[in-house]
Amino acid sequence: MTCCKIVTDKAQQLLGWVDERFPLTTLYREHLAEYYAPKNFNFWYFFGSLALLVLVIQIVTGIFLVMHYKPDASLNAAGVPVAFASVEYIMRDVAGGKFIRYMHSTGASMFFIVVYLHMFRGLLYGSYRKPRELIWLFGMAIFLCLMAEAFFGYLLPWGQMSFWGAQVIVNLFEAIPVIGPDLSIFIRGDFVVSDATLNRFFAFHVIAIPLVLLGLVAAHLIALHEVGSNNPDGVEIKKYKDANGIPLDGIPFHPYYTVKDIFGVSIFLIVFAIIVFFAPEGGGYFLEFNNFFPADSLKTPAHIAPVWYFTPFYSMLRATTSDFLPVLWAFVALIAGLTFRGTGCVWIKRACLLLVAGLYWGFFGLTVFGFTPPPIDPVVLGVHLGRGLDAKFWGVAMMGGSVMLFGLLPWLDQSPVKSIRYKGPLFKTILTLFVISFVLLGFLGTKAPGYAFFGLIPGGPVAAICTILYLAFFGLMPWYSRIDKTKPEPERVTSK
Amino acid sequence: MSLLNKLLAAAALAVTMAGVPMVAQAAGGPALDKAPVRFDDASLQQGAKLFVNYCLSCHGASSVRYNTLTQIGLSEQQIKDNLMFAADKPGEQMMVALRRDDARKWFGVAPPDLSVIARARASEQGSGADWLYTYLRQFYRDDSRPTGWNNVLFPGVGMPHALWGLQGEQEAHFVTKDDGHGNKVTHLESLEIVKPGTLTKEEYDEQVANLVSFITWMGEPGQETRRSMGWLVLAVLSVFAVVSWLLKRAYWKDVH
Repeated sequence: MTCCKIVTDKAQQLLGWVDERFPLTTLYREHLAEYYAPKNFNFWYFFGSLALLVLVIQIVTGIFLVMHYKPDASLNAAGVPVAFASVEYIMRDVAGGKFIRYMHSTGASMFFIVVYLHMFRGLLYGSYRKPRELIWLFGMAIFLCLMAEAFFGYLLPWGQMSFWGAQVIVNLFEAIPVIGPDLSIFIRGDFVVSDATLNRFFAFHVIAIPLVLLGLVAAHLIALHEVGSNNPDGVEIKKYKDANGIPLDGIPFHPYYTVKDIFGVSIFLIVFAIIVFFAPEGGGYFLEFNNFFPADSLKTPAHIAPVWYFTPFYSMLRATTSDFLPVLWAFVALIAGLTFRGTGCVWIKRACLLLVAGLYWGFFGLTVFGFTPPPIDPVVLGVHLGRGLDAKFWGVAMMGGSVMLFGLLPWLDQSPVKSIRYKGPLFKTILTLFVISFVLLGFLGTKAPGYAFFGLIPGGPVAAICTILYLAFFGLMPWYSRIDKTKPEPERVTSK
Repeated sequence: MSLLNKLLAAAALAVTMAGVPMVAQAAGGPALDKAPVRFDDASLQQGAKLFVNYCLSCHGASSVRYNTLTQIGLSEQQIKDNLMFAADKPGEQMMVALRRDDARKWFGVAPPDLSVIARARASEQGSGADWLYTYLRQFYRDDSRPTGWNNVLFPGVGMPHALWGLQGEQEAHFVTKDDGHGNKVTHLESLEIVKPGTLTKEEYDEQVANLVSFITWMGEPGQETRRSMGWLVLAVLSVFAVVSWLLKRAYWKDVH
């Protein structure tokens, strides 16, 4: 007994010593033991902590991969690129290397699954609404970093899909007027994807992006803990507090949510292990088959498909053909008009005006420098619409824009309630359509351009319709969120 | 099922009648034969023998070390005595003696490294093993090719038929038909052995299956161990899941 007492006393002294110099106890209280989270979190609230877990998995496995991987595009004695061979070296000759590599490649796909579900939770319960706009924007920045991280990392195995995927994506920058061609050479460091590209992508993947990512994750969490978590009812638990200032519907994050999240982790790890141990290729979706051919700048694959997590956006890029542009322009102008009418935010109104003006000049008039008036061209009579920027530019703008749109949500949503539980049938229908469109776009993006469902329904028009539905979800939100028939929110959270 | 077929047929008719061009089935490659892949030591050893004798003279498998074959029941001495023609130590990689520049001169292309070929050749049509199994059985005589050989699955292939001594020489019979839309489509009608090899057709298929099994195994040696380890990991994680669930339940008793 005395022995135990001595140990605890010493530990107390040590803690006191640290606390005088670093706010350890304060941090522990503010972020864990006395961070009060709503007690009614459901299934959808597991994915934040799981994203953090996958980040840790990626960093730890990544460290070990870097110890053995060689970012070198030159050919070894057997005529295989050194980078490609070093991945196989990890798979075969490094102790446990196979599992480290599979965990990293599976982790990349799982990261996106978890983050997409985490974002979907935000859509369901209005987690982006005031006062959580900055949490949402930090989250958007994390999502962008994640995409960059995945893109840079995918080049490293130096297989055919690595090479040609990077080639296609970097070429997209050529579509930017004036600076495009020089910019894409600047990014690659060469005229084609080459050793120079591989080395800089390695630097970005291993140092630059992870640093930014970690900073953003910290900002995301600090902002969250400042305003407190949202919950499936979308009501503020801070409205009703007890005598000690503790929210009546709040429970300390630790131990309640730490033990709950540990259970979530255990289920996640089971799914993760099933993939790593039994299907690491994920049926060709997680590790593309073609990527087991070493990169060859002279052999263009018949079908260059990005990894599944990019395909929804890639599909929208592909759907933006010169045939589809006039239709798209009309719809975007219509949607922007409705957004303009629907929103109360003056900045979004201005953005809409700018968007319509920009699109107008871009389609009809803009040559590289001059803002020439719209040509009286057979265009308008329905023959040709090519005087403005070409379809490739609009496709790239579409792909970038469709990702960015998520960032506008806090200002697009005009509903009096946050959570889908109290929103009306209009929102539920449009959200369902949005999800279906997103999934269909993702599916079509993995297929070759001529794909048809059951060999009958051509994929092109389906992708075009889905693109418009995707845009409508965001663009029409100020309108439908305002007129939708909502139910009254409860005062306190409802038990699950 | 039949109702579904009828509906599909009706839909197909409707689409065709409406004049919408039918889109050809995307990525529809030629049908592949299902490879009977076997991971038992006897098949893999036989496959390794064929691989070393017939493939390794031109193709490397530079990610594979000779002593990896101890995993398929061979001792280092056996590997040394029977399989190592181009290496001194069992720890060496399966390199090829052929110089790449010479190969390019002779075949028009340097023979690719085969370490992960079975993984690379997988597609929606079938596994990489299926592709290899079909490919190795579809070489035929074609005098228009520089090597005198061609392949049904890989038309214009640079590689001559390395296993011809076993299979013999095949002749391919193609038929050109109209596909009903005014397009000429060439189909393989039959492959006929015109000069027999040392093996019968069944024996040859059997040997190719062994070879393909080995190439598949070589793409990721120890893939069976990975799976059996997986069961252990899942068992441990399941216990962890149960314990963490009980822990959660115990802590959450007082939350109402």
